[in-house]
Amino acid sequence: MPSISRDEVAHLAKLARLAVTEDELDLFAGQLDVILQSVASVGDIATADIPPTSHAVPLTNVFREDVVRPSLGQQQALSGAPEAEDGRFRVPRILGEEA
Amino acid sequence: MTNDLIHATAAELAAKIHSGEVSSVEVTQAHLDRIAETDGKVHAFLHLDTEGALAQARKVDDAVKAGEQVGPLAGVPLALKDVMTTEGVPTTVGSKILEGWLPPYDATVTRKLKEAGVVILGKTNMDEFAMGSSTENSAYGPTHNPWDLERIPGGSGGGSSAALAAHQAPLAIGTDTGGSIRQPGAVTGTVGVKPTYGGVSRYGLVAFSSSLDQAGPCARTVLDAALLHEVIAGYDHMDSTSINTPVPPVVAAAREGLKGDLSGLRIGVVTQFSGEGYQQGVLRSFEAAVSQLKELGAEIADVSCPSFDYALPAYYLIAPSECSSNLARFDAMRYGLRVGDDGTRSTEEVMSLTREAGFGPEVKRRIMIGTYALSSGYYDAYYGSAQKVRTLITQDFAKAFENFDVLISPTTPTTAFKIGERANDPMAMYKADLCTIPANLAGTPAMSVPSGLSDEDGLPVGLQIMAPALQDHRMYRVGAAYEAARGAFGGPSL
Repeated sequence: MPSISRDEVAHLAKLARLAVTEDELDLFAGQLDVILQSVASVGDIATADIPPTSHAVPLTNVFREDVVRPSLGQQQALSGAPEAEDGRFRVPRILGEEA
Repeated sequence: MTNDLIHATAAELAAKIHSGEVSSVEVTQAHLDRIAETDGKVHAFLHLDTEGALAQARKVDDAVKAGEQVGPLAGVPLALKDVMTTEGVPTTVGSKILEGWLPPYDATVTRKLKEAGVVILGKTNMDEFAMGSSTENSAYGPTHNPWDLERIPGGSGGGSSAALAAHQAPLAIGTDTGGSIRQPGAVTGTVGVKPTYGGVSRYGLVAFSSSLDQAGPCARTVLDAALLHEVIAGYDHMDSTSINTPVPPVVAAAREGLKGDLSGLRIGVVTQFSGEGYQQGVLRSFEAAVSQLKELGAEIADVSCPSFDYALPAYYLIAPSECSSNLARFDAMRYGLRVGDDGTRSTEEVMSLTREAGFGPEVKRRIMIGTYALSSGYYDAYYGSAQKVRTLITQDFAKAFENFDVLISPTTPTTAFKIGERANDPMAMYKADLCTIPANLAGTPAMSVPSGLSDEDGLPVGLQIMAPALQDHRMYRVGAAYEAARGAFGGPSL
């Protein structure tokens, strides 16, 4: 039995904001199934008593003095924007979407 | 003359430039000419910065003429992987989604290179967002291995390693998330080093998997890699995971290694990285390297790290999970591509259409795998289990390093495969990183140094040397000693 269905892949694509085509859904459903079945073997040795590692270096919060440092100016920050207006990023409409 | 300049090591070129024997402009022009002559076949570069390179070269020449003290690699040309931001110079990460983007700032690595007087020739080709082992996933077409143009140069940093093998540059920068410096190094007969995680700043490195990504030096000799390592390494307050400790003394270690004495050094051979799936020529090359290391005085024994068998599946959950989060920033709003904004579509629709058009298939696959592995209901079985495997791998390294100073293995199970051979089989492609992934998961340093050519196909093979965290200098010592004992192994004819 496949570990992931075509419908689930379509749902994932929607969550990941990827407007995939029907052909891609067919391709990815098969490939994702193979990959997921293959990586599921991590469960074979991951017993309850093992603590998880999220990061190789043990991290603690890093504090610094709250002082102003040079950073990107408005013009630089907007320099790569697909569209800008009045010193701001211009985006397509965000209201009126389904919830 | 030109031929001498493109075949010299970075250390030799630096000495000649700093003594005034040749100018950096001459050296830079010789490499630009070599690129013009060969890159139609190799396609190592995505973008050349001819003017910027020559301007930097002139600056170094002026400083040398004025008798000023310059850095150890000042005036030496370098190929920079297109994953590092360069102010005002295109940075695509091999992706259509950043086509035409001109970053408003330099990565810390870029800044350090410029400050050290290194001459950045241009930006090198790579698998899109560093996801791949062949550079075939670049949106701008594959790079070809200079040893055999029908074969892959490894990935993701195939452009950087191919540029070295083709003598287009004596130095290059790569980034290594699961082997993207070491595996291309192995299959192109060049040296590639992944430093200890946190040793080189990630600021301005376009993120793929932040807990694994690590930039490092690529070169044709171990000493050259060490010189470059010391230029780019060091604490950076702009990277929250940067390690605030002194840079390991890698140049001194490489010079020590070149003396050819490894007496008393304990080397462990990782038994997991052998057997089924490993090419015979690769294993024979590895055995020959083990014999040479013994002749240098090293004590060699087998060591078993059982959890390494699970490194590949753990990696292909952790890296996609982090990438699905990191790549959310490509939202078509602040920079990069925007598709389908015709005034009728919503932000969310434009976002989805842009990401669909801007990302290639491997990036989409990994984003969806990561989205799946992190979703409630599957989190514990996939991402959670992978994190536990990461703990076991770190523990296996720690145990092995109680008895051994360094560990060794082949860098990659096979020599360079043919372009297209694994393109439609993601799992087969992933296996190229079988031996390199554990060091990323544990954050430990690892190096690939050429062990000559496979007797089956005449293609380069890599020897991987792994050291404990912050002990990067150990592998430089071993690598340099081995390199000197190994001797020359020829080069590609281009």
